[in-house]
Amino acid sequence: MESFINTELSSRKSLNDSDYILQVEELNAFYGSFRAVKNVNMSIPARAVTAIIGPSGCGKSTLLRCFNRMHEVAHGARVEGRVMFDDNNIYATGTDPVRIRCHIGMVFQKPNPFPTMSVLDNVVAGRRLSSLWTKRSEMEELAEKCLRQAALWDEVKDKLKQSGASLSGGQQQRLCIARALAVQPEIILMDEPCSALDPIATLKIEDLMRTLTEEYTIVVVTHNMQQAGRVSDMTAFMLMSDDRAGELVEYDTTQRVFTNPKDKRTEDYITGRFG
Amino acid sequence: MAKHALLPRKMINFFMLGLCALGAGAAILVVCLMLGYIMVQGLSFINLDFIISPSVGPGQQGGGMRDEIIGTLVLVGLGSLIAVPLGMLTGVFLSEFGSPRVASAVRFAADVLAGVPSIVIGVFAYIVIVSPMKSYSAFSAGIALAIIMVPVVARTTEESMRLVPLSLREAALALGITRWRSVIFVAIPGALTGIVAGIMLGVARIAGETAPLLFTALGSNFPFDDLMRPISALPLQIYRYAMSPDGNWQEQAWAGAFLLVMLVLVISLVVRWMSRKRRT
Repeated sequence: MESFINTELSSRKSLNDSDYILQVEELNAFYGSFRAVKNVNMSIPARAVTAIIGPSGCGKSTLLRCFNRMHEVAHGARVEGRVMFDDNNIYATGTDPVRIRCHIGMVFQKPNPFPTMSVLDNVVAGRRLSSLWTKRSEMEELAEKCLRQAALWDEVKDKLKQSGASLSGGQQQRLCIARALAVQPEIILMDEPCSALDPIATLKIEDLMRTLTEEYTIVVVTHNMQQAGRVSDMTAFMLMSDDRAGELVEYDTTQRVFTNPKDKRTEDYITGRFG
Repeated sequence: MAKHALLPRKMINFFMLGLCALGAGAAILVVCLMLGYIMVQGLSFINLDFIISPSVGPGQQGGGMRDEIIGTLVLVGLGSLIAVPLGMLTGVFLSEFGSPRVASAVRFAADVLAGVPSIVIGVFAYIVIVSPMKSYSAFSAGIALAIIMVPVVARTTEESMRLVPLSLREAALALGITRWRSVIFVAIPGALTGIVAGIMLGVARIAGETAPLLFTALGSNFPFDDLMRPISALPLQIYRYAMSPDGNWQEQAWAGAFLLVMLVLVISLVVRWMSRKRRT
């Protein structure tokens, strides 16, 4: 399916059906009786960046949180529909959400390193806190590897013992990315990872997203259209429908969504007529 | 703009500010007077002998409150030993695991318990423990003090656990960490200074309790040796000595009161210092 490549952003391998790592089918997300996300169907390609854009309150964060079962953490929240990951429905009965989250990690809007832990302990927290015993040298190796992947190693290699909260905002966010990488997930969900950061820190994170696609699949929620245009291969546009539930209006390659959208509403949003 | 309307507003502002200052001043004045009086009186009677020697009979000179100090330490220790784990577990349950309905019922129960007059708790301990065991005891006093302390620890634990941001719990969950592990390794460490502050406030509270001890510890003229026997304690002895006509005993009551107030004061200061450190 040659058409799925975003030639403008990156000239990379072509995709076929088996390259989809996450398949979302008829997904509905609720908070109590309120439906926040309505009938979403989308397939997310592996080792690519998929961006979810849309105005505030359109349910894009909620949708993202459905992908690793973080949605149900909120009280009264539930999900209907299916999310297929490696041919398994992550919402199948008996599936342990803790297991899912080991495979599908998440980075949040506001950098949230554990303030009681050092930089090093932050990175390996996922591993250390879910095993009974870990070897110190192994953890140090893992931390270095992940910090390098997150392009943070050179900046913090002398501060590994300091508190994670002592770093700058942009560094904290990359620390959170390193922390997510240390669990060795296949997919990393990012919920507006740059909205609390300045432009330079934002640029670093965006670069990082591109490099990470060599090994990982990234799904990023952003309300910054330029960001979606810069980093993503695929773009999903969401909008609040009349019953205030978020709908997927259009989902295509980023190039097409931005240059030749099929839906009038997408075009209006992209060209800045609302939102 | 109506410039004229500004003057009455300023006057009202000034008047209200004065009222607030008056209220604050009154509160501070009472504390200062009480602390000052106890310090002046207590400091003149307190000495090393007071801390290291046992009590003497009426009419005699010297002596101290060694056994009473030890007794209070034993009772506070015993109370804390029971109340800290129980209160902390209750607080963690309230903030982390209780469904809203159950949690609000438990919270209400804790608040009611915190409001029960301590003498009632003393009578309760008397009926439930002292009476069946046919003996006043340090053990029963420890239980009574623990009952007073549990709601204090439980509620402060809950409050400080709630202050741990949701974002940190979510961060832990998103790393594939189980709920209970995230509570133990992320939420509780984050709330630890608050929890310790709560424990210390609880200790300060029970250290000065007298009423429940009347029904449980009873008081004793002998050094502490058995948890199942009556035990003496600082507040009890202060009460006894202050009521007596003996001059030496009255002086010692002042010294005892001073010691007790200093204990509570120091604990309060440490708690303040800790919570300030936490905020920064």
